[in-house]
Amino acid sequence: MQREAAIREPLILGNKTYHQITEDVCAPVEGKANKYWYIVFSISVMVALWGLGCILYTIGRGIGTWGLNTTVAWAWDITNFVWWVGIGHAGTLISAVLLLFRQKWRMAINRSAEAMTIFAVMMAALFPGIHMGRIWMAYWVFPLPNTFGSLWVNFNSPLLWDVFAISTYFSVSLVFWYIGLIPDFATIRDRAVKPVSKMAYSVLSFGWTGNAKAWIRFEEVSLVLAGLATPLVFSVHSIVSMDFATSVIPGWHTTIFPPYFVAGAIFSGFAMVQTLLLMARKVLHLESYITIKHAEYMNIVIVITGSMVGVAYLSELFISWYSGVEYEAYAFLNRATGPYWWAYWSMMTCNVITPQLFWFKKLRTSLIVSFVLSIFVNIGMWFERFVIIVTSLHRDYIPSSWSMFHPTFVDIGIFLGTIGIFFTLFLLFSRFFPVLALNELKSILKSSGDNYKKQH
Amino acid sequence: MEYVFDGRAKRLTLILMAVGLLSIVLGFFGGDHASQRVWTSILISGFFFFGVGLTGTFFLAIQYAAESGWPTVLKRIFEGVAAYLPIGSLALILVFLAGTFHFHHIYHWMDAELYDPASPHYDELIAHKQAYLNLPFWWIRTIAYLAVYIWFTMLFRKRSLMEDELTVDPKPFFIKNQTLAAVFLVFFGYTSVTASWDWIMSIDTHWFSTIFGWYIFSGMWISGMVMMTLLVVYLKGKGLMEFVNDSHMHDMGKWVFAISFLWTYLFFCQFMLYWYSDIPEEVMYFQARINDYTWLFWGTLLINFIFPMLLLMSKDAKRNPGFLVFVGVIIFFGHWMDVFMIISPGAMKDHGVIGLVEIGTFLGFLGLFLYIVLGALAKRPLLVKNHPMLEESLHHHIN
Repeated sequence: MQREAAIREPLILGNKTYHQITEDVCAPVEGKANKYWYIVFSISVMVALWGLGCILYTIGRGIGTWGLNTTVAWAWDITNFVWWVGIGHAGTLISAVLLLFRQKWRMAINRSAEAMTIFAVMMAALFPGIHMGRIWMAYWVFPLPNTFGSLWVNFNSPLLWDVFAISTYFSVSLVFWYIGLIPDFATIRDRAVKPVSKMAYSVLSFGWTGNAKAWIRFEEVSLVLAGLATPLVFSVHSIVSMDFATSVIPGWHTTIFPPYFVAGAIFSGFAMVQTLLLMARKVLHLESYITIKHAEYMNIVIVITGSMVGVAYLSELFISWYSGVEYEAYAFLNRATGPYWWAYWSMMTCNVITPQLFWFKKLRTSLIVSFVLSIFVNIGMWFERFVIIVTSLHRDYIPSSWSMFHPTFVDIGIFLGTIGIFFTLFLLFSRFFPVLALNELKSILKSSGDNYKKQH
Repeated sequence: MEYVFDGRAKRLTLILMAVGLLSIVLGFFGGDHASQRVWTSILISGFFFFGVGLTGTFFLAIQYAAESGWPTVLKRIFEGVAAYLPIGSLALILVFLAGTFHFHHIYHWMDAELYDPASPHYDELIAHKQAYLNLPFWWIRTIAYLAVYIWFTMLFRKRSLMEDELTVDPKPFFIKNQTLAAVFLVFFGYTSVTASWDWIMSIDTHWFSTIFGWYIFSGMWISGMVMMTLLVVYLKGKGLMEFVNDSHMHDMGKWVFAISFLWTYLFFCQFMLYWYSDIPEEVMYFQARINDYTWLFWGTLLINFIFPMLLLMSKDAKRNPGFLVFVGVIIFFGHWMDVFMIISPGAMKDHGVIGLVEIGTFLGFLGLFLYIVLGALAKRPLLVKNHPMLEESLHHHIN
């Protein structure tokens, strides 16, 4: 018999019963959306359509429609790619690593964090696809037999490792997410009254019966998947970082890149989860489940990973001087004081300085502060990638090839478009899927529910 | 239930210390490079066991900061391991002092001639680093790291004993511990990186790697984790820690497993990126190791990665004390070999070997470490009292 320490704060507030949890979580799926949902959804769809338009324009006209030039041949596309992949890290960290660490607060946030991961990775995967120019050739990134001609993928290239890393990560995350959803879909199926939704949810729930055997297998498979997914949390962003670090470009080639990218990815992912959940808890009336304590825990993860990123920034900066390699030293001097100084200092402010406010309990338990700072982190992490990519490239070795990057309306449109698509998908998710893992949540009611804790 | 440190255990640690002392003394008469070799050997084992001790404090702080409940019954073990820090620091200081007064040349940069442009030994690269690598500043940093680590260790120890005597609500006491732990972790987070540059990376003075601090830290962590696991198995085997159940052993085993992966990951990142890019000033570090220490280099990786991965994968293995000891002892030595691989090629060039001096010094430090740690464990009950997470930990049960 487990006994939870009295010192732990409750994770489910109010006088909740098992039935009440079902009612609360199913309410958004079974009820009608309010007008705020429609307003936000319409805006998201419009932005998404604008982005799709820009994507189609790019495909039709070629990537000359972007602001790239011979010196800065990689810019917003790869910045956005890395930004989205990074955001896609929190979901699997929450579902896998926090499961292994037996963190009960994960139950309230894992579902939406995993959904966010899936959507974010989809947005990320879009960018290498459209950057190819001839997107209809996209399947050539896979190692296909030579019957297609003499072209064969370059196994030495981290860009190819990326293909494997991201597709593996996406598949495992999707399976993990879906398996968690099955019992919850079954709950919705059992409650459904309309024939269409009853049929849809019974297909989605794979004939889940909820008997003891099924639950045992469910828990076993969750643990196995968690074991498989944990190395993936590390591998994906490590390999993304190797896209840069294996090259010999000053500012890119440094050994701390893989773990530092992983820390940064978790940092940005948690910030995005924080942004989304603070809105979702309000709109979907889930304040009893996504409590201030949950926000506080996420803020703690943000301040820890933010500080790790800070250590990495300072290590890089220091070693660029210590190494005595003048190209490295210049790359970092140029970042901080060159023409892109504003990007560097935005990054430093948003990623290293402002998250330190979370050391104060008062601030990290304030929802307004949490929300604002999470947006700061989202911005800061975009700038981090921009700084790494564009400022390392724009001063080429010969001053005559020095250049700047100016985004075109297409660059901006595609980036905003992915945010639109992301929100569209997330809003649809919140209407048709159970946004909390309701059956897993029930498993902690007796140990961590407010009313049960009071009885002891 | 109190542990008594006497009889065979005490005799064994004293014998080990005698072996260590003997091999150090005899080592000085070992022909060419004898003195350099002995000092290098003391640095290797001294730093290795210092890292084990420091992990005690670090791991304890992590448990507070993470509000972790299950290891509460093991808390005295973490504190016991940390009790080695003051003596462990003295061993490091001894090596550093000997370097400062030129009894050895492990720290090449301590030679003043390198910074003098008029000297034939002038080294432009090292002279460039002088703002950071100069004796006064370096010593200030070293003393600061050690003093703060020891101060926190003693503070945690003192507060842990205070907690046993508490008669009031332990919650505020616990929260204060959490705050202290967070402060320690921030300090540790920065200084474990800079300390590894100062004490270890500066041996290969020309070389640099940004990941180095985290790599050294992961090696410390795994060595400390193994030592703590072995101590639990030992004390439980004596029937003194009946409150430690299979689930606790399972979780300790998981940590050993997980941190072995973390170490391998960081090893791989550093190695692969330098190997791949093949830039002379970076790759020379690995060339020296692979060319002059081929078997040791790959053997270290094999032992520290493949062994725990294959042998600690299953749940039953992690709950089997005999298995944990078998794997633990091997990877404990494997990580000592890793520290050897990090230090020796820089300090001894191609003359480094694992011979009687190195093994003797290792055994000597092991004896010293166990003498202090077991002595510290014997001083207090092995189970804490009044800790708010104690009940949760006593009832710890996982599948």
